[in-house]
Amino acid sequence: MKIAVPVKFVPDLVEELNIDPSGTALDTAWLRLIINEFDDHAVEQAILLKEKEGGQVTVITIESEGADDFLFAAAAKGTDQLIKLTGDFSHANNHGLARVYADILKELQPDLILTGVQAHNDLDGSVGPLLAEQLGLPYVGYVAGVSVMGDKVIARKEYSGGLVAEIEIKLPAVLGIQASEQPPRYIAYSKIRQVMGTAKIEEKTVAALDLSGGTTVSRMFQPEVAQRATMLEGGTDEVADKLVSIFKELGTL
Amino acid sequence: MSQDIFVIIEHLRGQVSEISYVMLAGARQLSKSTGGNVSAVLLGQNAQGLANNLAADKVLYLDHPALAEFTSNAYELALVGLIKENSPRVVLLGHSSIGMDVVGGLSINLGLPMVSSCRSFTADGKYISQICGGKIMVEGELPGPTALVTMVPGGYKAELGQSAQAPALTSIPAPALDNLRVSLSKYIEPDTSDVDITKEPILVAVGRGIQNKDNIELADELAKALSGAVCASRPVVDQGWMPTTRLVGKSGKQVKPKIYLALGISGAPEHMEGMGESDTIIAINTDPNAPIFNVAKYGAVVDLLDLTPILTEKIKQAKGG
Repeated sequence: MKIAVPVKFVPDLVEELNIDPSGTALDTAWLRLIINEFDDHAVEQAILLKEKEGGQVTVITIESEGADDFLFAAAAKGTDQLIKLTGDFSHANNHGLARVYADILKELQPDLILTGVQAHNDLDGSVGPLLAEQLGLPYVGYVAGVSVMGDKVIARKEYSGGLVAEIEIKLPAVLGIQASEQPPRYIAYSKIRQVMGTAKIEEKTVAALDLSGGTTVSRMFQPEVAQRATMLEGGTDEVADKLVSIFKELGTL
Repeated sequence: MSQDIFVIIEHLRGQVSEISYVMLAGARQLSKSTGGNVSAVLLGQNAQGLANNLAADKVLYLDHPALAEFTSNAYELALVGLIKENSPRVVLLGHSSIGMDVVGGLSINLGLPMVSSCRSFTADGKYISQICGGKIMVEGELPGPTALVTMVPGGYKAELGQSAQAPALTSIPAPALDNLRVSLSKYIEPDTSDVDITKEPILVAVGRGIQNKDNIELADELAKALSGAVCASRPVVDQGWMPTTRLVGKSGKQVKPKIYLALGISGAPEHMEGMGESDTIIAINTDPNAPIFNVAKYGAVVDLLDLTPILTEKIKQAKGG
């Protein structure tokens, strides 16, 4: 079974986010990018399927800070082919990304494509369903658990409230992964270094992106806070005392 | 081309999802600036009854066995034709397990632009979306000719999308839905063997800040001291540190306890969807900019790993004395 996993990188939310002088985009000067965590789960799910069913896993990313490290780590975990798309992605939206991923996936012809169900900076839909339609393939998202049955996959699709649906999808197909069946595995840096000597990242240059289908932003801002919490000041001990008083006030102690 | 707003009604197993009412409430406000009607679009099989309390000018109803329960393939095929024929100004779908499965396909198939994670509309009809885990808001004109918009809850009260008077219902013939490649095998009921966190008055919730599985015990001890239960946000459950029965948020349980003590939870919108209605939210986080502080009544910028054992001790003392 051939599985492909297109991934993307997103701003690290642990860092402070600033708006650039135009007022319509994030300031990229200090922006730290990390792998979209749902994409990380998609890579893990692909490796789990390969371990069970055999086959080959291809990971595709656009060039980005941390892209090489991520690809080598994926190889050390058990993926087989690493592809990095190069070009100008500074104004990329998901419609544009989906189109360049679709082009490369048409060549690769995988049986199954796994992507993260969403990313926190999606403003024009998530990559998976856009990609699926480009390729004329069915799409099912919010998937946490996949098994293969001949020319079909059975996906566990999550709804709110803890309800799960078992969905049957004919291959080839695109799935949006919410969570892999096991958490993404840890890989020691020594292993990644070993792989760096042997694994090859294939680079492919893409032409200017077709961004149609996205949206325009006239203003970006930090949310106005209607009512911020009463902050408990002081060290840990003092905060603990204040919390105990609050619990007493609320009648729980 | 019309100025109408279509709201794609989400329902599962005979129940209209709350986001549908939120979208109707949003559509009602948006229609003041766009003009035109609010049409609820209902897909189903013998599901006309679900339309009775929808606050819409009219209901467009498509009946077909393949639409009895949601599947992306059948829904998309049905909606492609409907949107093409009617060219509404805006189509609202949930930013959810249903809406997000079909909206991307509609956008590419119909060549229509889309906007994600819309929370509300301005008085002059612009969208306001929340991205980056609720840390960034984005405003812009609704793109044309038809904007496909996915909505998150939080911007409108669901009650405003409900009506005591049943709207007029028009049956629209469903297209042929053959050769479908996606089908529902069955639903799997949520596991009920564990503690039901929706019934617990005191919840100690742990997020990414708990750092590893062993530290869950700290939260357990604290919950025990408070006679409450432990629950978690998505990253903790995805790491396998807590079972899905304890998951709070969009894809987990919706809880409304008396006290929700959030330890190391940043407060991404997906999480807030599950706990925003709690009576008293107390948030502990090392990031002073964490959005959780915007919904919490009390907050403290300290490390939960330092605080939790001390707090547990002090609570035990307070109870003993």
